[in-house]
Amino acid sequence: MAIEVKIPTILRTYTGGEKSVEAKGDTLAALIDDLDGNHPGIKGRLITDEGALHRFVNVYVNDEDVRFTGSLETPLKDGDAVTVLPAVAGG
Amino acid sequence: MARYDSLIDALGDTPLVGLPHLSPRWDGEHPVRLWAKLEDRNPTGSIKDRAALAMIRDAEADGRLTPGCTILEPTSGNTGISLAMVAKLRGYGIVCVMPENTSVERRQLLEMFGARIISSPAAGGSNQAVATAKQLAEQYPDWVMLYQYGNAANAQAHYEGTGPEVLRDLPSITHFVAGLGTTGTLMGVGRYLREKVPDVQIVAAEPRYGELVYGLRNIDEGFVPELYDDSVLTRRFSVTSYDALRRTRDLIEHEGIFAGISTGAILHAALSIAERIPEDETADVAFVVCDGGWKYLSTGAYTGTLQQAAERLEGQLWA
Repeated sequence: MAIEVKIPTILRTYTGGEKSVEAKGDTLAALIDDLDGNHPGIKGRLITDEGALHRFVNVYVNDEDVRFTGSLETPLKDGDAVTVLPAVAGG
Repeated sequence: MARYDSLIDALGDTPLVGLPHLSPRWDGEHPVRLWAKLEDRNPTGSIKDRAALAMIRDAEADGRLTPGCTILEPTSGNTGISLAMVAKLRGYGIVCVMPENTSVERRQLLEMFGARIISSPAAGGSNQAVATAKQLAEQYPDWVMLYQYGNAANAQAHYEGTGPEVLRDLPSITHFVAGLGTTGTLMGVGRYLREKVPDVQIVAAEPRYGELVYGLRNIDEGFVPELYDDSVLTRRFSVTSYDALRRTRDLIEHEGIFAGISTGAILHAALSIAERIPEDETADVAFVVCDGGWKYLSTGAYTGTLQQAAERLEGQLWA
């Protein structure tokens, strides 16, 4: 099961500059573990020592913020698109 | 009664209009209807007039703002325009810190209302504008930063104004959808509706910009407004420039509403939800039209193909 993960500029040092990489997992947590296997260190930038998503990182599955769909336990299926973005100001 | 003593007094009480053509089911036994709250019908043409006036009144009441003061604010445009209009009428100076990648119309409007603009670098977007404004506040301690991202009067304006207006005009409301910037609209209206309407859903739409706007040096430079409380929201969507533009054009094409690009993003989120409501359920979805399209004409949002327009928006702050 391959899922496309879009990586923001600021984290591309972990993906060799790639904007988009593939990863596997039936939950977001599993996907991030898989991602970290191929791109060591990236998990530590997304998830805090306490095991929660970093405050300034937003993750979307098919354009919906995972904090409202189960957070790291958000289920994933083949063909889903995962987007990681840093939190920025509006207004 | 539609007579007011001054322009400022004409703020709020904006129309709520139905979208009979874009709603999934306007009629029938189980309608799913969309309703647009026309916030472009405010004194300077955006929803930000509500927060701006509330923040100024609050600062006047507690003595922070006195005649001759200078207001300082980081803004991508609309809040600055609203503050500048009120400042002009009340005799305050105003300095706006604005990212350089915002539309020329916004700059011209700010200058017209007498604001002094300090540009912050495009890379870093509004985050950088906030950081620059905070530095200026330290350098010029006599300037008064109202700080829309953390000012309770911003959300309170919507708790006391926008929220009650929406419920008065749509007692059967099931969903409220608005843009997530300072988070003031969603926090204020969201809290009000949650108190009054069991099971109401509060839905956020945030703009997804081109990469330049996310050009932070470090994740820790990220920014979450102090006003934000995610327990008020039910769902939150990130909307691309392409989808926002597509819906902005749908609004003109099918309903005759000429709105700004962020409204397209909000409509996209509203439709994402409305289109998935089961056949045997009824819904009344209210969403915010933040401003009209006038300030975005120079971005090319309304001409050429959607793909061309989306490419022109790359690197622009359009919400």
